[in-house]
Amino acid sequence: MTPPGVLVAGAVVCYLAGALAAFLSNDRWGRALGALGAGSGALVSLGLGIAALTTGSVFTAVLGVLPLTGLALRIDGLSAFFLIVVALVGVASAVFGYGYSASYQGRYSLRRLGALFNLLLLTLTLQVMADNVLTFLLLWEAMSLVAYLLVLTEHDELATIRAANWYIAITHVGFAALLAMFFLLSAGDPAAAFDSLRANAPALAHRNMIFLLALFGFSAKAGLIPLHIWLPMAHPVAPSHVSALMSGVVIKMGVYGFCRVVLDLLGGGPAWWGGLVLALGVASAVFGVLYALMEHDLKRLLAYHSVENIGIIFIGIGAGLMFQSYGLMTLAVLGFVAGLYHTINHACFKGLLFLGAGSVLHATRTRNMEEMGGLIKRMPRTALAFLIGAASISALPPLNGFASEWLVFQTLLGGSQIPQPSVALIMPIAVALLALTGGLAMACFVKAFGITFLAIPRSRAAEEAHESPASMQVGMGILALACVGLGLIPFFVVPVLGRALAGLGRLPSGAATLTVSFPLSIPGTFGSMSSPLLAAGLLLLLGLVPLALWLIGANRRIRIGDTWGCGRIGQTPRMQYTATAFAEPLRRVFAELYRPTQDLSIDFHPESKYFVQSIEYQTEIHPWFEKLLYQPLIRLFRQIADRVRWIQAGWLGLYLTYMLVGLVALLALAWWAP
Amino acid sequence: MSEWLVEVFQPFLALALAPGLVGFIRWVKARLQSRSGPPPWQPYRELRKLFRKEAVVSGNASWLFRFAPYVLFASTLAIAFLVPLLVVPRHFDMVGDLFVVVYLLLLGTFWLALAGLDVGSAFGGMGSSRAVTVAALSEPTIATAIFSLALGAGSTNLGAIVMATMSEPSTVLTPGHLLAFAALAIVTIAEAGRLPVDNPATHLELTMIHEAMILEYSGRYLALLQCGSWLKLFVFFSLLANLFFPWGVATTLTLGALAWAVVTLLLKLVLLAVALAVLETRVAKLRLFRVPELLSTSFLLALLAITSSFLLR
Repeated sequence: MTPPGVLVAGAVVCYLAGALAAFLSNDRWGRALGALGAGSGALVSLGLGIAALTTGSVFTAVLGVLPLTGLALRIDGLSAFFLIVVALVGVASAVFGYGYSASYQGRYSLRRLGALFNLLLLTLTLQVMADNVLTFLLLWEAMSLVAYLLVLTEHDELATIRAANWYIAITHVGFAALLAMFFLLSAGDPAAAFDSLRANAPALAHRNMIFLLALFGFSAKAGLIPLHIWLPMAHPVAPSHVSALMSGVVIKMGVYGFCRVVLDLLGGGPAWWGGLVLALGVASAVFGVLYALMEHDLKRLLAYHSVENIGIIFIGIGAGLMFQSYGLMTLAVLGFVAGLYHTINHACFKGLLFLGAGSVLHATRTRNMEEMGGLIKRMPRTALAFLIGAASISALPPLNGFASEWLVFQTLLGGSQIPQPSVALIMPIAVALLALTGGLAMACFVKAFGITFLAIPRSRAAEEAHESPASMQVGMGILALACVGLGLIPFFVVPVLGRALAGLGRLPSGAATLTVSFPLSIPGTFGSMSSPLLAAGLLLLLGLVPLALWLIGANRRIRIGDTWGCGRIGQTPRMQYTATAFAEPLRRVFAELYRPTQDLSIDFHPESKYFVQSIEYQTEIHPWFEKLLYQPLIRLFRQIADRVRWIQAGWLGLYLTYMLVGLVALLALAWWAP
Repeated sequence: MSEWLVEVFQPFLALALAPGLVGFIRWVKARLQSRSGPPPWQPYRELRKLFRKEAVVSGNASWLFRFAPYVLFASTLAIAFLVPLLVVPRHFDMVGDLFVVVYLLLLGTFWLALAGLDVGSAFGGMGSSRAVTVAALSEPTIATAIFSLALGAGSTNLGAIVMATMSEPSTVLTPGHLLAFAALAIVTIAEAGRLPVDNPATHLELTMIHEAMILEYSGRYLALLQCGSWLKLFVFFSLLANLFFPWGVATTLTLGALAWAVVTLLLKLVLLAVALAVLETRVAKLRLFRVPELLSTSFLLALLAITSSFLLR
């Protein structure tokens, strides 16, 4: 076997062994063995990804474990990149999960959780290597089912079951679209290798149909608007290390699939493809962050931010597709590179934030931000990790979120080179909305961090919180380091990504177009930026300020006093701003979009209306267009289900008859069809 | 070598002049309102006083509260390094462009807003909440105005934009340029916390934004924050002055050119300062929920700017 082959086999063996060992042992050992298998498997596949990406070698293998076609695997630049994404978050959440799942002991099965966690990582790892239609589809379905079971970990909660149902429903609607898409793409041959699809794609009929089906199917997985509805439900109810993996990696499979099919297999298309993707991306970004702002459940807030960031990723990819259709290849590469860079960055900071939220949940047993506060003193390390994640996702320099958003901005500025002014005008609008998204994300994370970690504890649980065990801190530490590191090395990441994309969909080889010098400036774009110099400068200035204060002889004494309370002594947590109050100005600004329902009832004293006995105030924000879109659909399906109910008699003999009839019908069809 | 020296010297010049600029604005305002007012160098005295005083810190506050003033000051000073004050072309262009400037501003806002929440008072939370609202809503305007400027110059690097305007003076009168100037001027007022968006002189809880966030600060921390916000105003003014009226900025490193650059910069700043003082005397503070209307007006201006630069290309 070749060295990559050894690594692939090693990763598979680690995951399988981890799954098996976790499943066969008891709860206490299952937790350790499951984490060990997942961690070591992820480390091996991290090595595999890095090796494949840096050496640029392509690995292919067909294993005869599947009937009909065999399990066809291939690692090229794109796969290697996504392997790294899977493995990086995989390692961190496996380590974190070891400590985190201890609190599940006695309540839920840790054997099952450990085994499924390994299986999810296994399917994700193999998914990005799939090289023929059947392998791709089978792994896709396996991944969805394993993720479904993981969402169902806390299976006795009603909200969990509801969320899991939505997830499985939407993911299967998407899967149906993918089946149809591959059917058109491969002319009905499940064994078709991707190589032959790639060769046949230019002459294919129904290319637009294939594109639309692929966009539908993959955006259902990615959580792009309007198919995002399951995401804010399903991610919060899963165990936090699983949420990290789902938000950080599983939804990225939608991005991977989209790039693989539309860019690689189809080789790009007309400009409206890119325009549609760009528009959906912008809509997702703005929508996601607006609803995240109104959310006070810490994990739901993070889940809405996943919708936002997936949007940003698709902005990059959509712009790339547009530029490709106009033959502006340097800009096209830049767009895809920006999208992929944001993919790995989002995997790191969203993974980190979900782990941080998990750590808070572990300590306070609540996801409601209004009951938190003061945690920075009780859990200083979690707070620091969460702060790094919050700064990264708000795209503050010099962390990783800024590097990739800067690239997205520069890509969009390149839109002025599009020959048609009417089309090019999309770009400044996208720039403005992306900037709005950035500002709102900053506002949202000031809220998320400030209300959760700062000031006085708002409940007993928050007061009695404690720092989480070492394994959880290590898990967060890995991703925090990745956030800082990826922010400092765009001059290295960008050319590597350019190389990884080379050759896909007529994109030129990265080495020729993206020569990035130490300060990140790329030919064909507008500006230059150097995050290492920026970081060094900021640190230097940060160090110089205290020095200067010392030199001018500033008074260094500090007296501890009370917070100013307008003369009132004794401050209580109730005097603090709440998360709801914090978001109130923005809620009023965007009231047209939110359309909140309010209910205010004041109980006056019978003698005089100047004395109020009680005030009851309720307000709710429900995404109205979800109702608009999904309720008619649900009603329709209910009606259909009512009509066909009579088929279900609950009698075994009848079901066997159905199967027989079905088989005969299929055989007859196979006989008659040419 | 001397180029580097001049570029490193610029931000410190800005730092030294920033309190004077604010003092000058206050002095002009006082004269316009028929008061004698404190002398223009009063802010320097305020700083000296604050640096001598001990700091009182709330018992609820964490390390973040004490760290935030340093971050805010350092990030604002970093912006001063990136903005062309006296000379072009610049070496610091490669460190950061206009987007970096914008996001460094957000970095400062982020930390200050967190510090406002850290002490657990209602004032701090109120200030933070309003500050992030204003910052988030002014963001699209800045980005769009940048886009329209970058279209003309072919670069988002600040030095390059200034150079492009200098080499083709007629671009200043294009609608795109003028509209972008108007948009950025409104955003400057909002970002620097001046009337009619925020009143730097108020301590009335219902109206303050920036002052509410820094209410708990005292001593050297307050001095750093004040100095940082004055520097921010100075940098924004120089940005407006040099991006849209770059004449006088030195292109060669002769002593005469540099002296002329300093003189013209001061002249432009004085003009802008008088304009701001007149505006602040003429208008009342907007209700908080009217501020978004002002900001969306500036956004529309920026959008018009970009459309016209596309169509008149």
